[in-house]
Amino acid sequence: MDAKQPGRRRFLKSGAALAGLAVSGIRPAAGQTPGASPDVVHKERAAYGQPSRFEAASRIPAGPNPGSRTPLQDVVGIIAANGLHFVQSSYSGDNIDPRKHRLLIHGMVHRPLIFSLEDLKRLPSVSRIHFVECTGNTSPVTPSLTTIRGGIGDGTGKGSEWIDELHQSVQQTHGKMGCAWYTGVLLSVLLREAGVKPEAGWLLLEGAEPGHLSRSIPLAKGMDDVLVAYGQNGEAIRPEQGYPFRTVVPGFEGNINIKWLRRVKVIDQPHMVKEEINNYTSLRLDGKARWFQLEMPVKSVITFPSSGQRLPGPGFYNITGLAWSGRGAIRKVEVSVDSGRTWKDAQLEDPVVRMAWTRFHFPWTWNGEATRVLSRSTDEQGDVQPTLAEFSKVWGVNLEYWRKTTNFVNHFNVIQPWKINGDGSVQNAMLG
Amino acid sequence: MRCLANLLVPAIMALSGGLVTLAQTPPYNVGRPATDQEIRAWDIAIGPEGEELPPGSGTSKEGAKIYAQRCASCHGPTAAEGKFIHGPLLGGRETLTTLYPLKTLGSYWPFATGIWDYIRRGMPPGGEGSLTTDEVYHLTAFLLYRNGIIKETDVLNEKNLPKIQMPNRNGFVPAKPEWKPGEKRPHGLYP
Repeated sequence: MDAKQPGRRRFLKSGAALAGLAVSGIRPAAGQTPGASPDVVHKERAAYGQPSRFEAASRIPAGPNPGSRTPLQDVVGIIAANGLHFVQSSYSGDNIDPRKHRLLIHGMVHRPLIFSLEDLKRLPSVSRIHFVECTGNTSPVTPSLTTIRGGIGDGTGKGSEWIDELHQSVQQTHGKMGCAWYTGVLLSVLLREAGVKPEAGWLLLEGAEPGHLSRSIPLAKGMDDVLVAYGQNGEAIRPEQGYPFRTVVPGFEGNINIKWLRRVKVIDQPHMVKEEINNYTSLRLDGKARWFQLEMPVKSVITFPSSGQRLPGPGFYNITGLAWSGRGAIRKVEVSVDSGRTWKDAQLEDPVVRMAWTRFHFPWTWNGEATRVLSRSTDEQGDVQPTLAEFSKVWGVNLEYWRKTTNFVNHFNVIQPWKINGDGSVQNAMLG
Repeated sequence: MRCLANLLVPAIMALSGGLVTLAQTPPYNVGRPATDQEIRAWDIAIGPEGEELPPGSGTSKEGAKIYAQRCASCHGPTAAEGKFIHGPLLGGRETLTTLYPLKTLGSYWPFATGIWDYIRRGMPPGGEGSLTTDEVYHLTAFLLYRNGIIKETDVLNEKNLPKIQMPNRNGFVPAKPEWKPGEKRPHGLYP
């Protein structure tokens, strides 16, 4: 195989043939030498570094979007590297020149203002760790699926993308999210420069890309912790993430974190743009739809061992994963290694940051018997991640519903079970 | 570092000094004043009351011609055949409580202004913003007519568009969207 060409899927294929290679992320290679002389090293060192050619971690597509989902199984700690952080955009603003790009703040303000990137960099900055998660991450039905299958609600009865699929990896089930250390100016600083009028209640955020994706957020959120970020993980925001600057709206649905920000309009009620009256609503079985769900619910997932990986044999393993909540800090993560019968607290790794990924660990000695491993998170509000059965009870549906419906359910935060087979292989076990 | 941000948030709230006192002099005096012309050029969002709608008018007959030229290649010859992400633009009225809900302009969208706004800002892909104001009114009239919401002879304009009662106007909860920091909601905010 060509060791230089990235591609996790191909890796998995070749990895399956290699008995000793248990955990993902390492690409086999042949004929390499372990080092080089100083002359060669200096000549070959790139001005902008790349991962080792033995590392296979890469994003995978979601629908027509070629580089979308974060390889959660390969992420260490609580930060998704910039080259691996998920990307989801309705339109793309990849070619925005920062010298020409401007941010307008207007509406119910005393002083409508225009800011350049240079202006923003003059102002006091903060750096914050936050996750951004696609509203539909982990949803059993996705628009991309219905595209493939010929349209939403075409009556074909084909709904589930992954829920019933044994071989869906954690990247496929949960990869439409990332967590990064963002640097920028608090939106509240800019709003104070403009002077918000007392009748204001909401903000409209709008991007500069074609299509100008927009969302309304409550003014109270804008005055609290929203960032206008020009930095991500120690460097300038990448073009696909909103260069030269974007909003980070901690804990809120991914689409609300408007990229390529060009406009903040101070308003008194939500603007009811297409995204908030159609795409990002949740239709209930009674025909009513919930809109403005805003915060992503408490959630967690085990990233090792997870579907597609293989345990080489009985013995010690450090079970690890990620937990997060749109409504604050993670207080507790419990892990079950006996298919949900008993639960024990996992260790939370510092730092535990509000509206950010929290890394958890659970030491485990596998006896070699088939079982299921699951994680369940609780946030600072006391909200507990539900099982699929509990979630379905709230919805008033049976499990079959998730297999069949083409109803795109946002904010799907159920507990993810992984099945460990006797041979050490790991599979998605959401539906048993 | 544990829960560091927990401590920061109240501090930031205290610094901001509440929302009503924000009219005072700008703390940093950074940024330049925006001109009315700049604001007009960028202020494209149309709210449900439609006060931002530019003057113009359109009919479904004219809209049908533009639709055939600019829209039919993706959305299908009659607007019912669309198979891209958001599906057909017509029908679905009786499907919202079924396993296979069909969310269209006619069955789902609560405000007619949203149709105008989205066509103007987002359509057609690759030519966003290329439709004239009247063309957007024509297309909106065509889609509302094809969904059985207005008559074929109706002339749509900035005055009557916001008054159109969409079939699913009351299909969303809560009726008045609100949010408070730290508000306790049932797990998952659903359904």
